[in-house]
Amino acid sequence: MKIIFLTLNFLFLSIPNNSVPGDGYQIGDVATDFSLPNVDGKMVSLSDFADAKGFIVIFTCNTCPYSVAYEDRIIALDNKYSEEGYPVIAINPNDPAAIDGDELSDMKVRAEEKGFTFPYIQDVGQQIYPQYGATKTPHVFVLQKDGTDNIVRYIGAIDDSSRNPIKVKKRYVEQAVDALLAGESPTTTKTKAIGCSIKTL
Amino acid sequence: MNPNRILFLILVTWYSFAQPKDVASLNYEQLKPLLFQESERVQVINFWATWCAPCIKELPYFEKLNQRDDVEVLLVSLDFPKHKQKRLLPFIEKHKLKSKVVHLDDADENFWINQISIKWSGALPATLIYNNNRRGFYEQSFTKEELFAEVNSYF
Repeated sequence: MKIIFLTLNFLFLSIPNNSVPGDGYQIGDVATDFSLPNVDGKMVSLSDFADAKGFIVIFTCNTCPYSVAYEDRIIALDNKYSEEGYPVIAINPNDPAAIDGDELSDMKVRAEEKGFTFPYIQDVGQQIYPQYGATKTPHVFVLQKDGTDNIVRYIGAIDDSSRNPIKVKKRYVEQAVDALLAGESPTTTKTKAIGCSIKTL
Repeated sequence: MNPNRILFLILVTWYSFAQPKDVASLNYEQLKPLLFQESERVQVINFWATWCAPCIKELPYFEKLNQRDDVEVLLVSLDFPKHKQKRLLPFIEKHKLKSKVVHLDDADENFWINQISIKWSGALPATLIYNNNRRGFYEQSFTKEELFAEVNSYF
């Protein structure tokens, strides 16, 4: 597998491509692991989850109404998929110096209020979200484990109705994870939704 | 006349004066013609919401731009439908916005975000600038100087 990846990388180096460097991950890329502080005071890494088959990584925050509108749906995703091997990992990418309400202490309050069942960790120094290419909250990356690598299999929205949960018709993340659990590739791999720009100084 | 009735009349009168002009709620198909107008003027379409702090910060620059005769500004609000009466209309009234405002109420974001620009990831604020010769999409915040310089580059 490694050799195939290396060969592909080598091939891509010689082919001009249209993506701008720094655009973040594309489908099939290996996502970076991290070690970031959780609301419970402990550090969290993807490698901590030995039994996981993959992850539903969601860049989200306290202060964006679109993120807040999705909180219950994010909890539902974790309830449905963590036991199946796809736990939710929520990462707050905002620099707390750039916006009131996104300090780790604020995140802890929100996690307790809502009863988050998943890690809610802080992207300290804003080092991780640019590598993923997250541009907004919420922004989802579904990863599938391959040995010690985590391969990006889906990027985008949770579903097709951010502002009104009653009008949801397509549950993109569920479709992607269901496909991976069935040993298939997700048919829809990239979607878009409105969100809040990530706040940095 | 009993006091309740008087109070009711006062409230009705106050309400009818206090209500700002209504803002149209459009789906994408209804908004689309406004994004593809044939015009001599440069069209500036700003996507914003009352809860979006960086959007609010740059709104005065768009208002200033709208005073120019050679530019037309449209502010497309992405406020939640349930907040239109409670937040959007009072905000427009309070800040006395002169630019045209519409409310985009269309659930299928995955469809219309790409229709508006393939470059748009969906983050707010975002701005579309176009004329008969050129279209540009900007997923960013502007300073006043940046916004005016960018618009001037269309002439």
